[in-house]
Amino acid sequence: MITQRLFSASDRAGTIFLALLAALIVLVPILNLLVPAGSPLHVPTHVVSLMGKYLSYAILAVSLDLVWGYCGILSLGHGAFFALGGYAMGMYLMRQIGPRGVYGHPVLPDFMVFLNWKELPWFWQGFDMFPFAILMAALAPGLLAFVFGWLAFRSRVTGVYLSIITQAMTYALLLAFFRNDMGFGGNNGLTDFKDILGFNIQAQGTRVTLFCLTVLLLAATFLIGRYVVTSTFGKVLVAIRDAESRTRFIGYRVEHFKLVVFTLSAMLAGLAGALYVPQVGIINPSEFAPANSIEAVIWVAVGGRGTLTGAALGAVAVNFFKTVFTTGALAPYWLFALGSLFILVTLALPRGILGALSRLRLPTRPSTPALTEAQP
Amino acid sequence: MNAVVASAESPAHLTPALLYLDGVEKTFDGYKALRGLSLILAPGEMRAIIGPNGAGKTTMMDVITGKTRPDVGDVMFQGDIDLTRLDETAIVALGIGRKFQKPTVFESHTLEDNIRLALRDPRDPFSALFGARNRIAMERIEAILERVRLIEFRRKRAGDLSHGQKQWLEIGMLLAQEPKLLLVDEPVAGMTDAETETTAELLKDINKERSVVVVEHDMSFVRALGVKVTVLHEGAVLADGTIDAVSANERVIEVYLGR
Repeated sequence: MITQRLFSASDRAGTIFLALLAALIVLVPILNLLVPAGSPLHVPTHVVSLMGKYLSYAILAVSLDLVWGYCGILSLGHGAFFALGGYAMGMYLMRQIGPRGVYGHPVLPDFMVFLNWKELPWFWQGFDMFPFAILMAALAPGLLAFVFGWLAFRSRVTGVYLSIITQAMTYALLLAFFRNDMGFGGNNGLTDFKDILGFNIQAQGTRVTLFCLTVLLLAATFLIGRYVVTSTFGKVLVAIRDAESRTRFIGYRVEHFKLVVFTLSAMLAGLAGALYVPQVGIINPSEFAPANSIEAVIWVAVGGRGTLTGAALGAVAVNFFKTVFTTGALAPYWLFALGSLFILVTLALPRGILGALSRLRLPTRPSTPALTEAQP
Repeated sequence: MNAVVASAESPAHLTPALLYLDGVEKTFDGYKALRGLSLILAPGEMRAIIGPNGAGKTTMMDVITGKTRPDVGDVMFQGDIDLTRLDETAIVALGIGRKFQKPTVFESHTLEDNIRLALRDPRDPFSALFGARNRIAMERIEAILERVRLIEFRRKRAGDLSHGQKQWLEIGMLLAQEPKLLLVDEPVAGMTDAETETTAELLKDINKERSVVVVEHDMSFVRALGVKVTVLHEGAVLADGTIDAVSANERVIEVYLGR
């Protein structure tokens, strides 16, 4: 009986979440395209793109919640998967520039001409095709996660050690992508995008479409995540989080479960990155910065671990807060604010905003898989 | 007639030990936890293992279940399966289930889900995501919860159970695995007398179908089980026999009471 109530409670959060996304996908295009610019209800295009950016962060947060909230794998390198997906999209967008670059080379992006390269490196082949680029946006992070996870989980690297090597992974990629020889534009990254699928990337219609696609991907990510966590697979993930050795001793290959969820999560994060790049107009190595991955963990912690919807909520809330904070006189203090937020949430709301809300409404137990106590 | 000849030709069938440990040694950082431990368990047998702290009881369990690899010695299951070459998961799949000293259940799952996860069904990620794992009949879960006397708490979170109830739930999870051999480490630690008595009944009941090794400190509990007792001391067998025989054994008394 309690379980049924819990399920309806967690489903209620999901239903509200999906309804909100549906409202966004209907209202934002109307308020941007149909409501005249002078009206107070008009949503300017730059705000649409800003929201699209928040929502692609929300996808990253939901994917991180799958591994951290449910399986207890504190990945401090999820930004790497996001950035790799972003680079895949960035490479497609670079190839679309064609001869319109500053140097006017028909095939080579500007930075390659500048470096005196004569032909396209092998790993840039195929990125002139949109479906291939999208496929790579999921497969490249997925492959990295698979290889990394296979090595780490098989050797039973867990807890803080795993977190440290995920940091090392993203930092190593940061250093690698900074190098011009890597062939990804070095320090400057990839930018000056012109078209996506033949549409001008700056155009209002394109921006609104990208926003709508981000909403759809967030909904899809949430539904995939919900399917995963409500299946027995999800129960095994929670079992691994709470008692890994016990899980092994009832006969589960813990490393296989971790590998599946880690790879799935990385692919979703990669797709989020692919939608992020055309909306912000640039991808550079700073996206691999370890601090970005840590920030993503803070979004999830603020929203509520092990809830999926909470992670998305946390990502949007913290980033909105960040935008407000960093555009005013308070800008130099942003990192202090973020740090205080994390400490405050850990102390006062150990189960995040969503956990606190559900405790207000349900004085008994919150949804089953949610955390009973905060773990580092 | 032919069958007799055939079994005479393969000597493994002459000693039908379910579990066979011979000369097992294990050293941790210079500390010899096991020094030539040998033990034979017949199919269908229940054996109680006692011994003072540091006698190597838990290390023995670790060696059998693949948590620890012995430095020297044989650990064989069903005559010809070398357990030292397998990892925990493979050993569970062979049919060896283990209850830990500290009760470990999945605290944030309901009792039903704890049993559901333990049931002997395919355990690969694919089955858990899309397959058979999601279509487990409730009757099977109920039957086990009834057997361990927890059916009334079926929808409770396992974390909300009392210590003794968690022990039973863990035994239930062992049963759900349908193992051939159950290794039960201190099942009555922290239990009331009534609970201890019930647990002895439960283990005797389980022993009708399965072999059991029980490690326990509680002498009245061991007496209630009424099975052969093996005394471990400093990583080797000191004595074995009935509880009365071993408690009359002078060396056992010496070890337990000090010189």
